[in-house]
Parts: sequence; C-alpha cells; structure tokens
Amino acid sequence: MIVATRPHALTTAPTHYCPGCTHGIIHRLVAEAIDALGIEGRTIGIAPVGCSVLAYNYFNLDMTVAAHGRAPAVATGLKRANPESIVFAYQGDGDLASIGMAEAVHAAARNENITVIFVNNAIYGMTGGQMAPTSLPGQVTQTSPAGRDELLCGFPVKVCEMLAQLDGPEYIARVAANSVKNVLSAKKAIEKAFRNQVEGRGFSLVEVLSSCPTNWGMTPGDALGWMDSTMIPYYPLGVYKDRSAKEAD
Amino acid sequence: MAKWTILAEGCKGCGLCVEACPKKILCLDSGTINHKGHTPARMMDESRCTGCGFCATMCPDCVITISR
Ligand SMILES: Cc1ncc(C[n+]2csc(CCOP(=O)(O)OP(=O)(O)O)c2C)c(N)n1
Ligand code: SF4
Ligand code: SF4
Ligand code: SF4
Repeated sequence: MIVATRPHALTTAPTHYCPGCTHGIIHRLVAEAIDALGIEGRTIGIAPVGCSVLAYNYFNLDMTVAAHGRAPAVATGLKRANPESIVFAYQGDGDLASIGMAEAVHAAARNENITVIFVNNAIYGMTGGQMAPTSLPGQVTQTSPAGRDELLCGFPVKVCEMLAQLDGPEYIARVAANSVKNVLSAKKAIEKAFRNQVEGRGFSLVEVLSSCPTNWGMTPGDALGWMDSTMIPYYPLGVYKDRSAKEAD
Repeated sequence: MAKWTILAEGCKGCGLCVEACPKKILCLDSGTINHKGHTPARMMDESRCTGCGFCATMCPDCVITISR
C-alpha cells in the first residue's frame, strides 16, 4: 500500500523554487485536495505574480496567470462564466495583501464561490526580498535593513482577521507549512476550502504561513523554526470564520 | 516493513525530511551530487523505517514515495 507519493494533480516537472521553500509543500496540498475530491478534470487554477507565477507548469490542470493581485477578479469571471468549474486563485502576500487587496476584499464581500490559497511568507520573494505589508515588526528585509519600523511603515496586515469581519465569506482560516502537525492541519483546511466550492457554499480563503529561506537569509530548517518562534505568535493559526460550522451549532 | 524510495535527481538537498524523521535514519548524501548540483537525501537504515510518512509530508519537492 502506498502511504505517500506525488499526487496526480501535480505534474512531474521539477519546480524552480529554492531548496526548502514551502511553496512546494503548499502546491502538493492543493493537488492532494483536488485528487481527494476527484475534481481534476474541471478545476482551473490562477497563478499570481510572484515566485509562484510559473505554477501552471506544476499542476495537471487548466491554468492561467492574472496581472499582479488580480487573481480573485479573474477567478470571479471564470467562475461566473463556467459555474460548473472549480476555480482557485493561488497568491502570495505581496500579490494579495498589497497591490491586490481590493480584489481580495471585494471577492470576499461578494461571497464569490471561489477558493483562494494565500501564501504568506512575510516578504516579496520573487523581486529579491523587499518588505511586504505582512513583514513582521523588526523584520530585516532589503528595504528595511534596520528592521521594520511600525511608526514609519505601519503595522503588518492580518488578512484573516480583517476578512472575517465581513458578512460575505464562507470560510477563512490560517494554517502553517512549517511542521508535520501543521502541514496535516493545512491539508484539512485546504481540502475544506475546495469542498465548500464544490458544495456551492461560497468564498473560502486559507492563509498558509510559508517560508522564504533565501530572502530571510536562513537555512530551510532554521526558517521553519523562525515561523514557530516569530511568525505564528504574530499570525495566530486557526479558523477565523466558518459559516457551515455555525449552521451546525 | 516500509519501503522508502527517492527520486534523487529531483531532490534539492534542503534537509527538511532529515529533520522531520523521528527515527533519524535519513541523511544528506555528501558523496553524491545530482545534475542540479544538490546533495540528495539518502536512507541509512530502511529496516527501521516505520512508514510514518513524516519525511514525505515535509518534502517540498514531492520526491519521496513510501509504501507499507
Ligand atoms: C504591476 C506590477 N507591479 C510590481 C511588480 C513586481 N513584482 C513582481 S513579484 C512582486 C511581489 C511578489 O511577492 P509575493 O506576492 O509575496 O510572492 P512571493 O514571491 O513571495 O511568493 C512584485 C512587487 C509586477 N510584476 N507587476
Ligand atoms: S525566493 Fe523565497 S519564496 Fe521565492 S522560491 Fe525562493 S525561497 Fe521560495
Ligand atoms: S517514513 Fe517515517 S521513519 Fe521512514 S524515513 Fe520517513 S520519516 Fe523516517
Ligand atoms: S525534503 Fe525532499 S527535497 Fe528536501 S532533502 Fe528531503 S527529499 Fe530532498
């Protein structure tokens, strides 16, 4: 019996991600959810601008790429035009929480029946490690060499907490890809976010805390430790909104 | 007993599987370099592998297959 192997919804192409970058783990979890729900033939993915811009090479799916931050708007169009398709946006934190904040907020407010996988690595990875809206207080980046100063640069944006205040969305959860235990809960949350769409429940977003060993200047292992010590305390894991759980009460 | 295999050419030598293994039976094989220049992970003692799958759970490159 096979306990672990590459899911069918992933291609066999080697990824361009840096060694130990957890984008790869998150890709696998998305593919596993698609396999588990048997929706490979009708799923459409939207890659963002960012390190995962080439995600279309890695999924055995119809894929497209949106202009920076606009994946939820493209997802809205695809889903409304083809309601039988399962549509997901895969976005980084620079993509979703900065230039694309408006699209994300309004797609959530409209309760579009789409799935958003929001990969928060607290930095702009692709462009070389600039400060993101999600960079932590004191975090050293290329554009905050003395550490992020909240008085100068503002406070990090907590996307789940913010979106959960809206009446629109169905499901908002934050998970992390930094340990076996956390990856297993991330797997459940991502599968739920896709199942909600299959059941027609509405907007589901899973924020996955992710590593960027290259731009954090850490080994892959130390990067996972930094997520535990520094990132998760600032971005607590958990379910922020779940309308189906509320209905069940 | 579990059977553990790796697609060594796709491994990036990140070591996350090595750190995740509760049995500490994986290592980075310093004697091997794959065509991308990485030092791939290697099984040291398959007889002690429980097939728990922790290594594969943490592998960003999906190159580990485990069967029981
Ligand atoms: C309109 C526009 N503005 C800016 C850029 C430059 N740019 C490319 S990727 C990126 C941010 C990527 O960061 P993130 O979304 O966090 O993804 P990561 O690379 O960290 O996975 C930016 C600002 C662009 N490509 N297009
Ligand atoms: S730059 Fe960072 S986010 Fe991009 S692939 Fe490398 S480690 Fe991953
Ligand atoms: S399956 Fe478990 S015991 Fe076997 S190598 Fe992987 S982590 Fe170690
Ligand atoms: S986690 Fe995967 S890519 Fe990293 S060293 Fe282990 S087998 Fe290689």
